[in-house]
Amino acid sequence: MDAILQEKLAEKLLCPRARSSRQKDRQYVGFATLPNQVHRKSVKKGFDFTLMVAGESGLGKSTLVNSLFLTDLYKDRKLLNAEERISQTVEITKHTVDIEEKGVKLKLTIVDTPGFGDAVNNNECWKPITDYIDQQFEQYFRDESGLNRKNILDNRVHCCLYFIPPFGHGLRPIDVEFMKALHEKVNIIPLIAKADCLTPNEIKKLKDRVRDEIEKFGIKVYQFPECDSDEDEEFKQLDKELKECTPLAVIGSNTVVEARGQRVRGRVYPWGIVEVENQSHCDFVKLRSMLIRSHMHDLKDVTCDVHYENYRAQCIQDMTSKLTQDNRVDSPLPILPLPTPDAETERLIKMKDEELKRMQEMLEKMQQQIHEKEQ
Amino acid sequence: MAATDLDILASEGMRSLCLGGHVGFDSLPDQLVSKSVSQGFCFNILCVGETGIGKSTLMNTLFNTTFENEEASHYMDGVLLRPRTYDLQESSVDLKLTIVDTVGFGDQINKEESYKPIVDYIDTQFENYLQEELKIRRSLFNYHDTRIHVCLYFIAPTGHSLKSLDLVTMKKLDSKVNIIPIIAKADTISKSELHKFKIKVMSELVSNGVQIYQFPAEDEAIAEINSSMNAHLPFAVVGSSEEVKVGNKMVRARQYPWGVVQVENESHCDFVRLREMLIRVNMEDLREQTHARHYELYRRCKLEEMGFKDTDPDNEPFSLQETYEAKRKEFLGDLQHKEEGMRQMFVNRVKVTEAELKEKERELHDRFELLKRTHQEEKRSVEEKRRDLEEDMNSFNRRKVAAETLQGQAFQGSAQLSIKKDKDKKN
Repeated sequence: MDAILQEKLAEKLLCPRARSSRQKDRQYVGFATLPNQVHRKSVKKGFDFTLMVAGESGLGKSTLVNSLFLTDLYKDRKLLNAEERISQTVEITKHTVDIEEKGVKLKLTIVDTPGFGDAVNNNECWKPITDYIDQQFEQYFRDESGLNRKNILDNRVHCCLYFIPPFGHGLRPIDVEFMKALHEKVNIIPLIAKADCLTPNEIKKLKDRVRDEIEKFGIKVYQFPECDSDEDEEFKQLDKELKECTPLAVIGSNTVVEARGQRVRGRVYPWGIVEVENQSHCDFVKLRSMLIRSHMHDLKDVTCDVHYENYRAQCIQDMTSKLTQDNRVDSPLPILPLPTPDAETERLIKMKDEELKRMQEMLEKMQQQIHEKEQ
Repeated sequence: MAATDLDILASEGMRSLCLGGHVGFDSLPDQLVSKSVSQGFCFNILCVGETGIGKSTLMNTLFNTTFENEEASHYMDGVLLRPRTYDLQESSVDLKLTIVDTVGFGDQINKEESYKPIVDYIDTQFENYLQEELKIRRSLFNYHDTRIHVCLYFIAPTGHSLKSLDLVTMKKLDSKVNIIPIIAKADTISKSELHKFKIKVMSELVSNGVQIYQFPAEDEAIAEINSSMNAHLPFAVVGSSEEVKVGNKMVRARQYPWGVVQVENESHCDFVRLREMLIRVNMEDLREQTHARHYELYRRCKLEEMGFKDTDPDNEPFSLQETYEAKRKEFLGDLQHKEEGMRQMFVNRVKVTEAELKEKERELHDRFELLKRTHQEEKRSVEEKRRDLEEDMNSFNRRKVAAETLQGQAFQGSAQLSIKKDKDKKN
């Protein structure tokens, strides 16, 4: 027995490492499982995403959306004739689908803008679109400020894919005007549509042109977030490639063809077969991985944190400036007093102060006079 | 007498005679040909299409040369037409080719006025020709004909249908020029889509009553090829300024990662058909149609506008000269009338101003009189006042003197009294 005790003592004294590992076991709290918990909860809750596609008709928007999500969203579509389109107005149509992959549910809403840029006179044809986006923001604003906030429906547009025609030399005035009207309301991702009519040289030239023009006109398109320094090299490399490739040149296809012994999505021409998922043919794979596989949540975050907050701040400011001018307007939302009054109210306050002072002086004088008279 | 003979002949119809031997007037076409070759030909093409759709590249490919041109900007305020003339030569045949480009077409946000510059340009060319034709000393054989012979309308390959702008523009142009619609950048449409697209485009054109140029099918030599080509409209073309090595030849082509599109391959695109139809077979017919149909229509409309008619109220054929004289007299008469009117107006105005001036003069005179009178009165009253004042002064002076003397006396008196008092006291 003494020997066993002695052994145990020896263990305790000679093996300090074993002791610290037991300490570590005792120090392990367990919040490293939080990511797993988040994952489980989010899978249970499901995700939603609203994507808007905009551009002239005939640029392949519907085909691309179908290729991206591998479904057929536009089954019974009625396309207008040219004479009907001469004075067409822009409509907003919504298609919602529920898709599921490996237990993760996604409620996808595609907002389409048929009629954009199709009429002969396209003055302010982006107004219905900006109105729609503002409406969604306003509805969310009201819901958020209401009393019962359990079931808020988030219909805000998270991302707008804008299709640039490849037939020109760069951006056209209507492209510039549209993007400038929307860049502070929604994340814009410009795409070069129908890229199978451009040779690689022409694609590069057009991309450089479009990038320069976007910078020249001050259009704020969606910027990919910088990767953290502790991400692995591969991710960083992908991210760098992605940033140099904007705007992405895409091709869409609904049909599956046989190429190089495999069945792939593609377009068949007499001179060859264009494969949609071939990285050397077009940037479709990059678009899909960016939009769906890596940056979908970031798009939602930017919409909530930046665009929506801008809208909300603007809305509140407008409302309070209206209230100080006209007290009879009752606000539907609880308004907190502004910390710093703006120039208008300050001026009014000053005027009122001076008036008060004058009146006080007069009052004093009158009192003095009365005093004297009494005496 | 001669008149009645001719009449009989006319009623019988002309007789065709058989020739006994070879006369030789079958060389007439050859004479015509050698004359036209020595004169040289001229051809004018108008290219209408969006910026960047491939108009210049197609022209380079069609004529196998490089016409100098800069890339157009997308930010033009309106549509500008840019004509450029080139002299080409092939096998001792001279061609004066004018290519008119539409710069800025389809770029503006509001495209309602886009068709106007094009229509105005075409009308101006017709007008110039008409003016030359109506001149007294004219030289039509020497005249550089700038009328547009064919309009190549470039349709964007959307794959759905025509754009609204295309429809509106083609409707405005179809009565003024021969339109050949072309699907540009056709290497972005696959074969099945192309077939559907062509049918859709043609049906839209037909249902909206747009008259495009039909290749003529009367001449048996070319009737067959023309009617088969009519079925291929609109032509789906691809243009290229680069050459790629295919097999062991250098051909005009576009190199993609997935294949090479050869411009002159009939199964790839309709370029060869377009070149055939436009240049090799129907160029002369296009010129003829422009002159015989479109120009005549323009001329008739223009002259009717000016008031010319073919027959006057008595149904007798009018001669142009008489109408012209009548018009001229009318015009001069009008002119004189207007001159008279203006002169009258001028004279009236002068009279009125004169009268006004006289009035003013009289007024001034009256006022002068008035002023003079008031001045006189004032002077008189001032005089009176002065006299009054003098009198007052005099009377005052007298009274002063009187008062002084009285005072002096009084003083003396009082002094005497005081002396008397003293004397009394002393006594």
